[in-house]
Amino acid sequence: MKFLVSRYNPDSDAAPYMQEFEVEVPRGMMLRDALLDIKRQDESFSFRHSCGEGVCGSDGVNVNGTNKLACITPVSELKEPIEVRPFPGRPIIRDLVVDMTQFYQQYKAVKPWVVRNDPMPEQEILQSPQERDKLDGLYECILCGCCSTSCPSFWWNPEKFHGPQALLTAWRFLADTRDQATDERLDALEGPYKLFRCHTIMNCVEVCPKGLNPTKAIGHIKALMLKNSV
Amino acid sequence: MALKKRRFDALIIGAGGAGLNAAIQLANTDARVAVVSKVFPTRSHTVAAQGGVNAALANVLPDNWHWHMFDTVKGSDYLGDQDAIEFMCREAIPTVYELEHNGVPFSRLDDGKIYQRAFGGQSQNFGGAQAARTCAAADRTGHAILHALYQQNVRARTHFFDEYFAIDLIRDDEGAILGALIMEIETGEPLLIEAKATVLATGGCGQVYRTTSNAHINTGDGTAMALRAGIPLMDMEFFQFHPTGIAGKGMLITEGVRGEGGYLVNKDGERFMERYAPNAKDLASRDVVSRAIVTEVKEGRGVGPNADHVLLKVDHLGEEIVSKRLPGIRESGRIFAGVDAVHEPLPVFPTAHYVMGGIPTDPYGRVIVPQGNGEEVVPGLYAAGECACVSVHGANRLGGNSLLDILVFGRAAGLDVIENLKENRNHRPLNESSVETAMARLTRWDQKGEGISVRALRDEFRKTMEDHAGVFRTEEIMAEGVEKLKALRDKLPDVRLSDHSKVFNTARVEALELENLVDTGIAIAYSALKRQESRGAHSRPDFPARDDANWMKHSLYFKQDDRMDYKPVRTKPLTVETFPPKERVY
Repeated sequence: MKFLVSRYNPDSDAAPYMQEFEVEVPRGMMLRDALLDIKRQDESFSFRHSCGEGVCGSDGVNVNGTNKLACITPVSELKEPIEVRPFPGRPIIRDLVVDMTQFYQQYKAVKPWVVRNDPMPEQEILQSPQERDKLDGLYECILCGCCSTSCPSFWWNPEKFHGPQALLTAWRFLADTRDQATDERLDALEGPYKLFRCHTIMNCVEVCPKGLNPTKAIGHIKALMLKNSV
Repeated sequence: MALKKRRFDALIIGAGGAGLNAAIQLANTDARVAVVSKVFPTRSHTVAAQGGVNAALANVLPDNWHWHMFDTVKGSDYLGDQDAIEFMCREAIPTVYELEHNGVPFSRLDDGKIYQRAFGGQSQNFGGAQAARTCAAADRTGHAILHALYQQNVRARTHFFDEYFAIDLIRDDEGAILGALIMEIETGEPLLIEAKATVLATGGCGQVYRTTSNAHINTGDGTAMALRAGIPLMDMEFFQFHPTGIAGKGMLITEGVRGEGGYLVNKDGERFMERYAPNAKDLASRDVVSRAIVTEVKEGRGVGPNADHVLLKVDHLGEEIVSKRLPGIRESGRIFAGVDAVHEPLPVFPTAHYVMGGIPTDPYGRVIVPQGNGEEVVPGLYAAGECACVSVHGANRLGGNSLLDILVFGRAAGLDVIENLKENRNHRPLNESSVETAMARLTRWDQKGEGISVRALRDEFRKTMEDHAGVFRTEEIMAEGVEKLKALRDKLPDVRLSDHSKVFNTARVEALELENLVDTGIAIAYSALKRQESRGAHSRPDFPARDDANWMKHSLYFKQDDRMDYKPVRTKPLTVETFPPKERVY
């Protein structure tokens, strides 16, 4: 099958360009396997990848216009020619490798850890199965960045708008019955940008390779804000 | 251009569970700690651990750490050091509670406590009924733990060097470790980090085999760095093949599937584990189950057009259990095997999974080497996690003890570094010749011209390891393998890169990894050739029995001259009676 992959080496190229490769596609081939085959043909081709099973979140790329995790995307589901580009809206370091600094900063900005003011018990903090169920669909995030880099609001305001990933994480901690920083977390999300730049375009939901729903999480945060303000 | 230098109190190489649990101890003090990782920390392979972490919390069934200790000693086929095992099984309990306090979203029981599932090799009352000891966050326990530990380190403002590759350790003439030379992958620039204590937490080396559950990054970087620093590797012949990788692909299907009631069948639909392990059946120890599967296939009872795998039945559990307890497995089965586990069995075959051996350490994570008739600590060097060998797993690791090992000994190493820093307030003088040697390892790849490609040598090496150091090992197969592997090692100087660019040059990273794979792989194959008995994961048809009289000892492989040495197993626990070697039946 014909692949067109984005190439860019800052040492030698003025701008990114598309390069064509032919890849033989056996049954069951994932996009990552195809990219590895391209690297076999040209070792200077660079992209991030590691676990090969969709849990480490390294190999998010833009394929035929949609952000996907290469290792769990069957080539058979893609239309030829397959165009592979780096995530949109991020500075390109080389080929498919982008600078994700801003994305990680937004993640860190929501204080992604359980805040506990009470003394810790000797054993576990108790949590009922129903309370724990509220974390399903939230904690599984692998920080691949497919969502935030497909979000127009994040493209325009990556330094001010937290983006879908960080907001999903914010809700993951708000929803955790062990966390005792609800007020501080909600206060920190006030203002026109951090949370409220979400215009429910829902690209994030469409592209999440783990089937998570950041838009819904954002809705939960807004509802909780409203409830706490009356 | 002058080499850039940074100074820290402690340097941790690797940001998986062991590295991050060491880092958080240090970051919670006023020590300056640097964590170097070749990938963003949450991409480390701890993230892929599925089933859970063992601790005798007794949340589901009666349990105590002493039973856990017995199971671990027996599972190790009596090669594990009993003092380290006692330490780990005791520490397991506070370690899991600490993780929970740190925010890990464990699955829960109706009474609000942490959910625990049955896993292979677990028993109540020293070999009695099945225990339920594995604390789980659905089947994504490693992911849940790694993310929580990273988050705690972000809170504590640990200094991360993300996407930096460690080239080599720096040491002085007395053998003390002074830090490491690393390379920023984004720019290709080297950076020297001087540290009063260095912790190797680089994880496993499953990429030495062609079919593996391990990630692309698991290339034995820490074990190879230790070898090049003159430090031996211990018990490397013991490599675990996990019974249930997805056939032909290698991705892991957690033992938790069998813990939840799944079982294996051959082409006749026979539940064959009943023949190999009448009591524990599908929850026998991993080495036992892997050999049973390979035997079934060898004797013609395999499934599929090539009769090359067996089936793991899950469909009888019902959609609710599968979705609730094993959602990740259902997803993996769909994506990689085209099978919905709720309705159809999964095709499985053993996959290279875990190295029991590694850099020899004591229970405080300090690296120890032979000296005279005894042993001594390598000043300034620690190791923890899969790259280390304490030894708690001996000849075979139990499921759920790997996450436990990395957490307990990562933590112990971090705490010991804190003590060590109180006594060693100053950096030792830098040794320029050691820096030059490390730099040469990097600049060697600037050589231009025709040569063998990294990819070609790597493919051949991994295939040779698979064919000659796999599940069943005879003298003939292994001796031939060692010769082939050494011949490949001899070709390393002829390997050339065609890409010499600076920025994010992954070809150069893979070249450096290839050297690590070769050094680590040969340690495995050579140690295996020399051990003339069958014990745990090391299975020799030509020496089918365990030989405690001659071989109840740890092996040590040195890179220089491919030399072997041996040292006794530590059979005396800290406070309880020794578990003497017994025949191992499940």
